[in-house]
Amino acid sequence: MRLPAAMRTTAARLSALYLILFAVFALILVFYVTSLSGRMLVAQTQETIVEEVQGLASAYQRGGLPLLVRVVERRARQPGANLYLIADPNGRVLSGNVQALQPGVLDAVGWTERPFAYQRYGENEAERQASRIGDEDVAPGDMPHQALAHIIRLPNQMILLVGRDLGEPERFRKVIRNSLMAALGLMGLGALLIWYFVGRQALRRIDRMAQASRRIMGGDLAGRLPVTGEGDEFDRLSENLNAMLARIGALNEGLRQVSDNVAHDLKTPLTRIRNRAEAALTGRKRTSEYREALEQTIAESDQLIRTFNAILMISRLEAGYSAETTGPVDLVATVADVTELYEPAAEEVGVALESETPQQPVTISGNRELIGQALSNVVDNAIKYSAGQAEAPKVVVSLKAEAGEAVLSVEDNGQGIPEEDRVRATERFVRLEASRSQPGSGLGLSLAKAVMTFHGGRLELASREPGLAVRMIFPDKTPSAAAGKE
Amino acid sequence: MTPDTTATVSRPSETGEMPYKDAMKILVIEDDREAAEYLKKAFGEAGHTAHLAADGDTGFAMAESGDYDILVVDRMLPRRDGLSVISAIREKGIDTPALVLSALGEVEDRVTGLRAGGDDYLTKPYAFSELLARVEVLNRRVGSKDVETVYRAGDLELDRLSHTVKRAGKEITLQPREFRLLEYLMRHAGQVVTRTMLLENVWDYHFDPQTNVIDVHVSRLRGKIEKGFDTPVLHTVRGAGYMLKAG
Repeated sequence: MRLPAAMRTTAARLSALYLILFAVFALILVFYVTSLSGRMLVAQTQETIVEEVQGLASAYQRGGLPLLVRVVERRARQPGANLYLIADPNGRVLSGNVQALQPGVLDAVGWTERPFAYQRYGENEAERQASRIGDEDVAPGDMPHQALAHIIRLPNQMILLVGRDLGEPERFRKVIRNSLMAALGLMGLGALLIWYFVGRQALRRIDRMAQASRRIMGGDLAGRLPVTGEGDEFDRLSENLNAMLARIGALNEGLRQVSDNVAHDLKTPLTRIRNRAEAALTGRKRTSEYREALEQTIAESDQLIRTFNAILMISRLEAGYSAETTGPVDLVATVADVTELYEPAAEEVGVALESETPQQPVTISGNRELIGQALSNVVDNAIKYSAGQAEAPKVVVSLKAEAGEAVLSVEDNGQGIPEEDRVRATERFVRLEASRSQPGSGLGLSLAKAVMTFHGGRLELASREPGLAVRMIFPDKTPSAAAGKE
Repeated sequence: MTPDTTATVSRPSETGEMPYKDAMKILVIEDDREAAEYLKKAFGEAGHTAHLAADGDTGFAMAESGDYDILVVDRMLPRRDGLSVISAIREKGIDTPALVLSALGEVEDRVTGLRAGGDDYLTKPYAFSELLARVEVLNRRVGSKDVETVYRAGDLELDRLSHTVKRAGKEITLQPREFRLLEYLMRHAGQVVTRTMLLENVWDYHFDPQTNVIDVHVSRLRGKIEKGFDTPVLHTVRGAGYMLKAG
């Protein structure tokens, strides 16, 4: 048999377990309470009996047997009276309200060892006259009542029994037990109902989440899991999963864009290579022409490979690079290295390359090679785009250690990047219209940006009048260790 | 990647340079048959002898028994990968210089490659001229110049201790980087050094400089050491790099 879905939830299962444990403890409690109260009632009964016995004994002392019999007769007639019995030493009943007794009860003195069976007068009128204590015709099985009694021997060897029916404490115990059981049953039922509804509620939330995720799997990649705003565990889960979906979506989008761009930008040089090879094959050619075609092909292939390498590198940086190759990097030394490397090339095209760095080393944690390459790319761009653009083309590489940040900036006085293109400039393959004629893969800034992201920093473009400022901002403290773990 | 690598395997004869005088015995451990055959042929044309091994186990056995000057080891090989072949060879106490060829070209890959006992690391695809230049520079039979304090090429003299350069007895003033550039070129005088080798060894950067930055540095240096002298010492090897050579 299958349980209803709501009862199959983890919450319902846990609840059932609690219910069972609760029931066991409650039952133990019920039995403890009833037996304790039963015992208390018996003790109370005994106390009453002892008092009666003492009272009757003093009546005997005051007025002898006749007074005792009178008192007993009177008390025995009261409704709900105790059991009274006065018998001669042979066990013959003289007075009292007990018709029949379990045999042997009167043989001992003191408290009866255990409850005994008896029958009271008046319960069976027909037999009333005919019966005597110990008669065979009233078998113990016919005596429905149980009683506890105290028996004493009066000075003249007469037997006095005062007892009390045990039905009352027994009934009381039963009432307590029944009401407790009923309460327990109600509680259990209530719990089941609550769990059913709670479980169904949880299940409904889960179902909605499952539906949403099925929709997302089905292709609705912009879809998100429902968040009710209650801030409970389902919301927290949904929020986390949504954040994960957003991240996956961003990566996916990036990947799609890359493949589009790769297809678009690599097709052009591949087509050129192919056409050149085809052209070289047609018609009669001199060896030098073949050589030229081959050399151009190799040069073009190298450019293609370079582009591929840059794409791969950016992807690996974005996917999270191994932090193994990071260590302390002195940015002052990096600036010195790169400006020194590019200075002759800049001078060749008439660009003045200058650097402004602090006297003290500015050490961050990172990958020296990557930072060097990123800065080289930016400097290379700056030289390219300022050459011939200004009266006195100038590129300034400066390093400032500011509050919690190390800022590397490369400023030129060239053509700059129009405001509307600035965001696009760091995207892969974006080569703004003005620079189409310049050599390059269009990946320089993208790579620099990826390197900055890897180091937990950022790359910012700002306009100068005229020119462009590229700022590479490194967080001060051990950035790449954190970035590498991402 | 090398910039401007119009590789020509027939480099020595074409440029009028003498074929490489210190012929080497090279072991190429490469599973791509076509690439391996190409390397064998190209090394042969450059005056060297190349033997081929198609998997890691064979390569290890050959490297262990043969008397090779250089090992060229592909990183991904059947049976046993290139790096473990090199480590195993090193454990046997064989210190034959090894160059790792790999499709993995990131900084961390190169670090792993060199840590395994490789002496140099070259990323595929590469220009043969680059491989040849690197292999020739690794050749230990040319003799290590580590202990020499003065390098000489013709009338050019570089003193590593006093950091002075003289040509025909006349002192030439160089910037620190120019000095290191010349030092590297003279240390490998008579051998081709490529632009990437210069960037790696003089600037300690392994990326692709894209533009002609290295060429400009070399031509500046050339201006300083050749200006006023009749004979060139710093030659451009077309499609490969540079070579410092007297006369």
